[in-house]
Amino acid sequence: MLRFAIGALGVLGLVAALPLVVHNEYWFFAGYVVLQLIVLATAWNILGGYAGYVNFGTGAFFAVGAYTAVALYKAFALPLGLQILAGAAASGLLGFGVGMLTLRLRGIFFSIATIAVAIVLETVVLNWHYVGGAKGLPILRPAETPFFGSYTVWLFFVMTVIAVIAVGAARYVETSWIGRGLRAIRDNEGAAECSGVPTLKLKLAAATLSGALMGAAGAPYAQYLSFIEPTSSFSLNHAVNALAMPIIGGMGHWMGPVIGAVLLGTLQQVVTVTVSSEVNVLVVGVMLVVFVVAAPEGILGLVKRWKKASSK
Amino acid sequence: MPQVAHPAFLVMGAYATYMLAGYGIDPLLAGLLLMPVFFVFGLGVYQFYYSTFEGRGSDQGLRGIAFFFGVAFIVQVGLILAFGVDQQLVDASYIGSSVEFGEMRVPQRMLVAFGVALALTAVLALYLSRTFTGRAIKAVAQDEGALRLMGANPVRIKRWAFGIATATCALAGALLIIVGPVDPNLDRLYIGRTFCVVVLAGLGSMSGTLVAGLILGIAESIVLSTAGTSWAPAVAFGILLVVLGVRPAGLFGR
Repeated sequence: MLRFAIGALGVLGLVAALPLVVHNEYWFFAGYVVLQLIVLATAWNILGGYAGYVNFGTGAFFAVGAYTAVALYKAFALPLGLQILAGAAASGLLGFGVGMLTLRLRGIFFSIATIAVAIVLETVVLNWHYVGGAKGLPILRPAETPFFGSYTVWLFFVMTVIAVIAVGAARYVETSWIGRGLRAIRDNEGAAECSGVPTLKLKLAAATLSGALMGAAGAPYAQYLSFIEPTSSFSLNHAVNALAMPIIGGMGHWMGPVIGAVLLGTLQQVVTVTVSSEVNVLVVGVMLVVFVVAAPEGILGLVKRWKKASSK
Repeated sequence: MPQVAHPAFLVMGAYATYMLAGYGIDPLLAGLLLMPVFFVFGLGVYQFYYSTFEGRGSDQGLRGIAFFFGVAFIVQVGLILAFGVDQQLVDASYIGSSVEFGEMRVPQRMLVAFGVALALTAVLALYLSRTFTGRAIKAVAQDEGALRLMGANPVRIKRWAFGIATATCALAGALLIIVGPVDPNLDRLYIGRTFCVVVLAGLGSMSGTLVAGLILGIAESIVLSTAGTSWAPAVAFGILLVVLGVRPAGLFGR
């Protein structure tokens, strides 16, 4: 625990010092996306990796966070910190609702229901004219930047904080009794319930936490782009990324989604710049299928197997 | 089986029809010609799925879903890369003309698609209720172990069923592009429609599927004409959510 806390503080310190060394803003612009992916993948893993409920609706949680922030910013010019808290709260509430669905739905039906939630919400936002509807809404960033001088760098730092909190939360869930309960649910829900695991309570907690983190990742999105519109906010790409990265990195450990997100996120940025954004989406799909088929335990599983083989 | 890629195969069928129609083949005929190809393709996909997930028997739930989801995604992006995001159309003698029933004018392409779809459903229903393999397909969904005790190989039955389902996609895809223009992103909409109809009907109920399809179709046109086009996508998913939440067994499920 102490080692993790020191590591997290170290990461924050390094990131805070980064603008002194790196002056090109593009690196922060691209790095922000990778950080956002870390949060989404980690959040997905709490419900998907630990408890075994596959959520296809990442886009919905992300967009609910983003649109809550936008609506509050437009109405009350709320500062960024409060926007993020509100976005996380709204998405956490949605997560609670989705958690209630697990009462009746398992496996593929739960997954389809999460897609349904995403599409229904997207349609609602498309028709919600206050936040721009289908046209989208340009956002004017605040004129003054609290720290770092540049708003992009500031957002990059904020996202780093969110990512550290997300990973810390996931690590806490994993190592505590909550994680043990969730793993029991994943392996055999009936048996877990019979052994006295409070399955519903744990599932609701996992879904709420997962949703809140996704919402927190989405809240600064509009400020980052200076623009928001429904199609990209609710995009299925969020779902595919959030699902592919933990599977590619390895779902059992909190490091897995981080490794997957950093690796795939960086690769995506490179492919987007050098080839095209369609190919970049294809890369994720292909990697997902290849890993699911050839390396079901992800990169962490490969490393473990390799270590075992070399120690023999 | 977590077959989420089915709608993607449907859109693929529509695009394959579009390609064949480019050589001057009638789209309906193209759909029929494509059926054996899709059948073999389906057999292959199931065989691959079986040997990598079901055969190993380890944690097939989550990874199986992820696998089919990934396949659907690859198909969608592949179609975007190959054909672009624009809508594609086909042409045939019965597309564009219409038939008059007294006051009403019904586009002929709708009638053709309706007739073929009805015939296809009837054939499938007969197949599932009358033939040995058809009944075995229904049985494998209920109890695999019992089927094995009866001397049928559940893996072979499932592979066969998967092949038939995929072959149906070829003809259904042809109908899809006859009825209206097709674009690669339709896939996501049809995940909702497919699952809505299947869940509303109750899993495994063929006659229920017809009724559920009608209900969804009517609900969508009512919303389309009263609330406007932008609300239409939510209809299928909304019904799906309500049914899943209130009565997961569906209308005709047991």
